[in-house]
Amino acid sequence: MNNPDPALFGSAPPKPSIWNDPFYRSLFFQFSAFVVVVLLGKYLFDNTTENMARQGIASGFGFMGSVSGFDVTSSLVEYNASSTYGQAFLVGLLNTLLVSAVSIFLATMIGFVIGIARLSSNWLIAKMATVYIEVLRNIPLLLQIFFWYFAVLRPLPSPRQSLDMFDIAFINNRGLYLPSPVFGDLAIWVLIALVVAIVAIVFLTRWAKRKQDETGETFPLFLTSVGLLIGLPLLALVVTGFPVHWEMPVLQGFNFRGGLTLIPEFVALTLALSTYTAAFIAEVVRAGIQAVPKGQTEAANALGLRSGVILRQVIIPQAMRVIIPPLTNQYLNLTKNSSLAAAIAYPDLVLIFAGTVLMQTGQAVEIIFITMAVYLLISLSIALFMNWYNKRMMLVER
Amino acid sequence: MKFFNSLAALAVLGATAVVHVASAATLDDVMKKGFIQCGVSQGLPGFSNPDEKGNWTGIDIDVCRAVAAAVFGDANQVKYTPLSAKVRFTALQSGEIDILSRNTTWTLTRDTSLGLNFAGVNYYDGQGFMVPKKLGVKSAKELDGAAVCTNLGTTTELNMSDYFAANKMKYTPVVFEKADEVVAAYDAGRCDVYTTDRSGLAAQRLKMKDPDAHTVLPETISKEPLGPVVRHGDDQWLDIVKWTLFAMVEAEEQGITSKNVDDKLKSDNPATKRLLGVEGDMGEKLGLSNKWIYNIVKQVGNYGESFDKHVGPNTPLKLTRGVNALWNKGGLMYPMPIR
Repeated sequence: MNNPDPALFGSAPPKPSIWNDPFYRSLFFQFSAFVVVVLLGKYLFDNTTENMARQGIASGFGFMGSVSGFDVTSSLVEYNASSTYGQAFLVGLLNTLLVSAVSIFLATMIGFVIGIARLSSNWLIAKMATVYIEVLRNIPLLLQIFFWYFAVLRPLPSPRQSLDMFDIAFINNRGLYLPSPVFGDLAIWVLIALVVAIVAIVFLTRWAKRKQDETGETFPLFLTSVGLLIGLPLLALVVTGFPVHWEMPVLQGFNFRGGLTLIPEFVALTLALSTYTAAFIAEVVRAGIQAVPKGQTEAANALGLRSGVILRQVIIPQAMRVIIPPLTNQYLNLTKNSSLAAAIAYPDLVLIFAGTVLMQTGQAVEIIFITMAVYLLISLSIALFMNWYNKRMMLVER
Repeated sequence: MKFFNSLAALAVLGATAVVHVASAATLDDVMKKGFIQCGVSQGLPGFSNPDEKGNWTGIDIDVCRAVAAAVFGDANQVKYTPLSAKVRFTALQSGEIDILSRNTTWTLTRDTSLGLNFAGVNYYDGQGFMVPKKLGVKSAKELDGAAVCTNLGTTTELNMSDYFAANKMKYTPVVFEKADEVVAAYDAGRCDVYTTDRSGLAAQRLKMKDPDAHTVLPETISKEPLGPVVRHGDDQWLDIVKWTLFAMVEAEEQGITSKNVDDKLKSDNPATKRLLGVEGDMGEKLGLSNKWIYNIVKQVGNYGESFDKHVGPNTPLKLTRGVNALWNKGGLMYPMPIR
C-alpha cells in the first residue's frame, strides 16, 4: 500500500472500523458463503449415509475389487467374466474415449467441409449444405442413433451370407471383420521409422516456413510429408524382411473368428454423433469465416492469390480465432452425448458401469458419483486442451 | 445480528437433522395418501402391461391390486410407476414406490446388500434361450460362438456368462437398456439368440414381426423365482405383502373364487370361515380389516384365477401351470397356514 503522505494532506484519513472496512467485509461474506456450502454438503452427505445405513444398503468403494461375473461385447483391453468391477470400469471408460475421439475427428472433418460448402458460390452446393445442416441439427440425436443403428443393421446379411470383399474383409449384421496385423520382433523398426518420419516432417515444416518468410520461395511440403510418412516405414519393412503377417477372420460356426471386428453399435454411434455434431460445427465454421472482413478476401484477390490459397492462408487462420471457443463447446457436447450409447448396446461407461455394475452391486450413490466425476474430468481435459490451442491461435497484438 | 442467528441455526440443522427417506411405517403412509404406489415393468405382457385403454393388467399388477384390496378394501387404489430394470431398486430404496412388483428375481445379494426384502414368489421361472427356427439349432449346447441379445441389469447377464463358461463355449453379449430394443435388435438379426426368463420369452415373442418363426430351446439354465419386493426395516408392511400372496394361493387351495366367494361366506368349514373373516381376527393381527381376504378374492381373484387370466393356456402367452401349480398338484405353490 502506498498511502499518500500524511504530511501533504494534513491528517491521515480516519481508519474505518473493521465492520465497515471493505476488505474485511468481503472476507467475512466470502467466508460465510464458504461455511454455508460446506455445511450443506456435510448435511447432504450425512443424511445419505444415515439413511443408507438405516436400510442396510451396502456402501463404500470396496466393490471395485470384486469379480464382475458378466461379459462385454467388445473391449480394448483384456476382459472376461472373472475380471473385477474395476476392470469393467476401465473397459467402459476406454470405449467412451474411443467413440468420442473418432467422432470428434470425423465431425470436425465433415463440419469444416459442410461449413465452407454453405458459403460456396455454387448455388446447388450451398443449398445442399443448408439442407444437411437444417435436417440434422433439428432431429433429436437419440432418434438419429436409432436410425443409423437399424439402417446399418437391417439391410446387412446374416454371417453365413456375409458380403465378401476379396476374401480379406467381410461385412454382415454382426459387424465389419478385418484382418488384424500380427507383428514379429523386428516390427519395432517399422514403428521407429514412423516416428522418425513424423519428427522429420515437424522440422521440415519449420524449415519451409522460415525459407518462405526469408526468400518467398515455397516448398512442396504436403507431397514431401506424404512421401516420408509412407516411404520410411515401407523402407523399414523391406529392409527387415516383412516381419508382419495378417490374421484373417475365418467363418466358424455362427460367425467369423479372429481378426479385427468393428461392431455395428460402434459404427452406428460414430455415424450418428459425427454427422449430428458436424451440422453444428458447420454453422460455427460459417460464422467464423463470415466474421473475417470482406476486405481481406478482396486484398488477397488484388495480390493475385488463387482462391484455394486465399481460403487456406488468409481466411481460415483469421476465422479460427472465432471458431475455436464455440468448437470447444461442440466437442464437449459430443463427448457427453456419447452416453446415449446405452440405448443401442454400445458398451460405454454408462452402459457397463452406471448400468450393469450398478445393477449387480446396487451401489447407486458411489457409481453415479464416479461416473459424473469421470465425465467432468474428460470435459475439463478437452476444455483445457482447446484453451491452450486457442491461446496459440490468438491474434498477437503489437 | 439476525444473520448470525440464522447461520447458527443452519449449522445445527446440518449437523443433527436427518430427513428420513420414508418413515418406517409404510402402512400409515399409504393410509394417509390413500393409494399404493406400485413399481411395475415398462410393459411385459401377462405380468405388467397396459391394455388398449391404458389400464395395467398382469399377474404382477394383481399382487398390487390384492394388497390395495387388503389395505383399503378397494383394489383400484393403486398408482403405477413403470420402471426399467436398471432403476427399479433405487426407486424402492428411495421411497418413490411402496412395492416393487416387476418380475424381479429373488437373490441373496438383492435381499441383503440392496436393503430390500422379498415378500415371496408369485411366479417360479427359469432362464431360457430363443432362436429363429431357420437357424436349425436344437439345443443350447450348440450355441458356441453365438451373439446373444439380452437386457441390462438383470440376473440374466450373469447366468448366461456362467452357462457359456461352464460349457466351454464362447459368445458375444449384446446388452440393451430397454426390453423393446432387445426385441427390435434380435428381430433385425443382430443376435442369434435372445435370452431372458422363459415367461419373458413367451411374452416378448408376441411383439416380434413373425412370432411363429422363433423357437424356445429346451434348456432352462437358471432358477428365477419372481416376486414382490419391499424395503428393509418395515416388518408390518412386509407381513402384509407376504400374507396377501399366501392368501391368494390359500383361497385357490380351498376352492374359493371371485364367483363363489359370497356363497362361501355361509360355509360351515372353520378354515373357510377364518379365511373370509367370518370368524377370528386374522386381519387385525396384520393391522387390516378382518374382511381382507374376502376383498382380495372378490375383487382380484385367487392365484389360479389370476394366472389363467393373464398368462395361462387360454392367453397369447400359453403358459402351463408347471411348477407354479399348487403343492398338492405337483407344484411349488405352498401357502403357509393362515391361523
